[in-house]
Amino acid sequence: MPRGLKGFVLKDILQQLEERRAQARLGGGKKRIAVQHAKGKLTARERISLLLDEDSFEEFDMFVAHRCTDFGMEDKGFPGDGVVTGWGTINGRKTFVFAQDFTVFGGSLSETNAKKICKVQEMAIKHGAPVIGLNDSGGARIQEGVVSLGGYADVFQNNILASGVIPQISVIMGPCAGGAVYSPALTDFIFMVRDTSYMFVTGPDVVKTVTNEIVTAEELGGAKTHTTKSSVADGAFDNDMEALAEIRRLFDFLPLNNREKPPVRNVFDKSDRLEKSLDTLVPDNPNLPYDMHEVITKVADEGDFYEIQKDFAKNILTGFIRMDGSTVGVVANQPMVLAGCLDSDSSRKAARFVRFCDAFSIPILTLVDVPGFLPGTAQEHGGIIKHGAKLLYAYGEATVPKVTVITRKAYGGAYDVMAPKHLRGDLNYAWPSAQIAVMGAKGAVEILYRKDLKDAKKIAKHVEDYEKNFANPFKAAEKGYIDDVIMPHSTRKRVCRAFAMLKDKDLKNPWKKHGNLPL
Amino acid sequence: MFIQLIEQNTIGRGKKNNDKKILIANRGEIACRVIKTAKLMGISTVAVYSDADKNALHVSMADEAVYIGASAASESYLVMDKILAAIADTGADAVHPGYGFLSENKAFALALEAAGVVFIGPNVVAIEAMGDKIASKKLAIKAGVSCVPGHMGLIEDADEAVKIANKVGYPVMIKASAGGGGKGMRVAYTDEEAREGFASSKNEAKSAFGDDRIFIEKFIEGPRHIEIQVLGDKHGNIIHLNERECSIQRRNQKVIEEAPSPFLDAATREAMGAEAIALAAIVDYDSAGTVEFIVDKDKNFYFLEMNTRLQVEHPVTELITGVDLVEHMIRVASGEKLKLKQKDIKLTGWAIESRIYAEDPYRNFLPSIGRLSRYRPPVEGKTDDNNEESAIVRNDTGVYEGGEISMYYDPMIAKLCTWGEDRGMATEAMKQALDNFEIVGVGHNIPFLSAVMEHDRFMRGDLTTNYIAEEFPDGFVGHPLNPGHARAIASCCTLMAQFLAARAATASGILPGHARSVPTHVIVDVGERTYDISTEKTNGLYLVTSSEDGSDKAAVELEISSGWTPGQPLVKAIVDNKDFTFAAKPIPQGYMVYYRGSTVEVNVRIHAHAELAKLMPEKILPDTSNLLLCPMPGVIVSVLVKEGDEVQDGQALAVVEAMKMENTLRAEKKAVVSKVNAKAGDNLAVDAVIMEFG
Repeated sequence: MPRGLKGFVLKDILQQLEERRAQARLGGGKKRIAVQHAKGKLTARERISLLLDEDSFEEFDMFVAHRCTDFGMEDKGFPGDGVVTGWGTINGRKTFVFAQDFTVFGGSLSETNAKKICKVQEMAIKHGAPVIGLNDSGGARIQEGVVSLGGYADVFQNNILASGVIPQISVIMGPCAGGAVYSPALTDFIFMVRDTSYMFVTGPDVVKTVTNEIVTAEELGGAKTHTTKSSVADGAFDNDMEALAEIRRLFDFLPLNNREKPPVRNVFDKSDRLEKSLDTLVPDNPNLPYDMHEVITKVADEGDFYEIQKDFAKNILTGFIRMDGSTVGVVANQPMVLAGCLDSDSSRKAARFVRFCDAFSIPILTLVDVPGFLPGTAQEHGGIIKHGAKLLYAYGEATVPKVTVITRKAYGGAYDVMAPKHLRGDLNYAWPSAQIAVMGAKGAVEILYRKDLKDAKKIAKHVEDYEKNFANPFKAAEKGYIDDVIMPHSTRKRVCRAFAMLKDKDLKNPWKKHGNLPL
Repeated sequence: MFIQLIEQNTIGRGKKNNDKKILIANRGEIACRVIKTAKLMGISTVAVYSDADKNALHVSMADEAVYIGASAASESYLVMDKILAAIADTGADAVHPGYGFLSENKAFALALEAAGVVFIGPNVVAIEAMGDKIASKKLAIKAGVSCVPGHMGLIEDADEAVKIANKVGYPVMIKASAGGGGKGMRVAYTDEEAREGFASSKNEAKSAFGDDRIFIEKFIEGPRHIEIQVLGDKHGNIIHLNERECSIQRRNQKVIEEAPSPFLDAATREAMGAEAIALAAIVDYDSAGTVEFIVDKDKNFYFLEMNTRLQVEHPVTELITGVDLVEHMIRVASGEKLKLKQKDIKLTGWAIESRIYAEDPYRNFLPSIGRLSRYRPPVEGKTDDNNEESAIVRNDTGVYEGGEISMYYDPMIAKLCTWGEDRGMATEAMKQALDNFEIVGVGHNIPFLSAVMEHDRFMRGDLTTNYIAEEFPDGFVGHPLNPGHARAIASCCTLMAQFLAARAATASGILPGHARSVPTHVIVDVGERTYDISTEKTNGLYLVTSSEDGSDKAAVELEISSGWTPGQPLVKAIVDNKDFTFAAKPIPQGYMVYYRGSTVEVNVRIHAHAELAKLMPEKILPDTSNLLLCPMPGVIVSVLVKEGDEVQDGQALAVVEAMKMENTLRAEKKAVVSKVNAKAGDNLAVDAVIMEFG
């Protein structure tokens, strides 16, 4: 303890510091923490301790207090004001983090609370590291009125500026309603915790008053709704702990910012591993499905696939794998669902994923087995033209290394969309089972030989001829639209080599303020 | 690999066989099995295949292959003309029929004879005589073979029943002639019970079957299925190759077989062997065959039937005798004299066979079909090359990774056999071999087989044909993990978690000097158990110290080494100098571990996180007792009830077709149907809700 004249003052301050810290750590107090726990939820600080490496969290603004003097707020206050912010590491790599503290005024957003969030956002942009937001908030701090709303908009603005500069991840771990939903909505990924989190612009009570519709919070905006129906969320987890462990796993795939390459780490899987069993994956009958997951997990390092939006638009698969220890984004048609066709939902899902990869220099592997776009009024009236164009745009705009493997069908306009050579695909391969054509043999023959439609024998012959011509990869190979026909068992080896070769790819789009993608 | 075991001198590698050709009129593992021996003998082979088997293993193993028709066996493997045409086309000299299909078909054997092709099996008279239950029994009696005593005629009244029961000897079984499913059956130990049993059986039979005819036979207590392998030639020589015990059966389907039987003594073995030979001799048996007996708890044995073919479970006999049965079948079929004499037949060590089926043990063993996305059997041969007394693993299979288990045939994936110097060693080897067997893509019964191997009663050899029904009365729900294994799993998972943490620290972009330290002190949950674990590394070995929460026992140290690396689904470790292998699938904070019939969640956490884990709400599984779930992927054929109906216990609710089988789903209790979610023609996934009850 310092001695001397000022000794006792300093001692006083140190004691006060300890007391203030202890108070801040208690958030809204023991009682509220108990209530939080009883709901199966952890506190903001507990969550951060699970998200970050042990003892790596450096907190900012622990003593910030709100400035509201209305509605008796002047007598109430908690150090930190309902949000815990700072930085730390995940497996040694830095990240910024904010966690709303539901035990303090229900985690409501105040002017000062918003400022704290903005501070980490701005630091993250400047210092090139992701922001992870753990959301658990009742909404705006009503007592503060427009100041709170202003706070939201400041956060939104930072979300927008950070977009494409640093990865932004939102984890919804409690309520997230009204304006509050738009901060997560502007980030790259949203994850939810089942049964304890929900997101909506207006809650069930308002819905009932305005539209007479009776709906539960879970049904309106629970994890299931947002992962399967609205596609607002990219994934859901069973509890806080599982969610935070999985965010750590995702974080390990991502580069820290848009100036850095994706991370590389030691790998215990040979890049030339052959998978004989892939040779028998595609069934002889072109109408039989197979599970594209098997190709992904057998091609990926250590069989590890981090799937994004796995419960939505299951006719396309998106997610991260590693090849040779380095992150690769995968987009793959899934023949198990809707024959793997493209529709509005799957196009949007894949487009957003491709743009994320391109923004952060993550190479893209595209696995193609697509019979075309889904026909019908539902799709046309739903704007499939614009939605399909999003994926087309995303692929065409992307300048990262792009490797495509056609495993079976690549028909019609969907062939043009799924990362073909023509959209600046770097290396395009086809399995021997590939069929690259305007459409399936039967459909083509019915158009080409309308006059023979009544003669089953003749039609069968035409189908056979068409299949001979197009039900193989050779027509496309002759034109150079594919670079090589590869054996399924050597896919991992060939794709690893392709990405190794493409490592220093340098491609720039013409200068523009920004493109005008078909939103 | 098994061929190592077989007397080398009998395998003819002479060039004289080069011009011979065998067609195997079968598929799957048995076709592959026959091809292996034929190759060793220098005989060329012809496979036959259906549509479903176009890419099958037996087709690629054979020198030639002939397509014989559509997938259904009735349009291919069972069609004699197609096999005969294949023989004609390829000029095969002989046919091995395997088991099943045409193997015990007299007409087929005759047709081959007419075509001048050798049938690798017994003479037609033997096939015919043994193919008929009554004829074979008569022959058995004539040959002095003991049959289950009883009175075949119908019984008039209770007095006669008592008289006959005394003649047969108590205990007796009083049976309804039309009986089945245990109805109309009574066991009697005394005259009084026989009298009562007769009356009640008669009543029950009348009301259940409308047929009150009753007969009486000896009641076999503690019945065991033990069979004798015989081998004969065309020169009147017949020997036996000891017994196999096949008591572990599920619905009359053999699951685990072994040789010798843990029950027989030398005298009984000799007596059974002699009777089996006597029976074979009476039909001039001239191939490999099996005489099946039922044996009671006092080692009385009674003839059941004779199978005039190679049995599925023949490998266990080969493993204890060193005789290649297929080779001898081929030789005797070609007219060679049996070189083996009875005195040459040894009984060395112990062999066990586990039949690995594509079926889901957790869903009442429903058959499972699909693609084997991963199929990695254990390494065959000696388990320890440096050890003279090493156990031996043999795996007979007809599948491969990337292949398909189709709905058309028997869903057997493989026959896994182990041999050891004694039963304990063979059992231990089987446990290890099952641990090392990886199958992904289709459901399989390995957890169940492992659970049996771990079972006390199995280890004691205390078997009866009711073993499975008695030990797993409610079906298979998994096997409890023993504490020693739980601790070893906890320790291994700790090291795996450390490996991952250390690897994460190799990533690019880490703040210099701020790599995360690898935790060496953790809390590990293995299902319900919790361990406090610390680790220390010395000379490539890990010393793992663990103490179990809530246990006052002292901490335990284990020495562990493992070559495991991330991505390997099978964790092979050496724990205190013993091989220890389990399957592990990553979950957010640890692994889902599959070991010897148990499935446990393992979480590895630092202390602070373990404290927080206690706050996590328990996952409440949705209550499905009020739902009718689709038990397998399939199509709804019909829904038999409608909303508002009151249904009774056992009432049929819906019919689901899967794999061309119609399955009737029944109510488990009295209830009212509150909602019907499916209609005829709907394609449902497993666990889809078909209807709900109020």
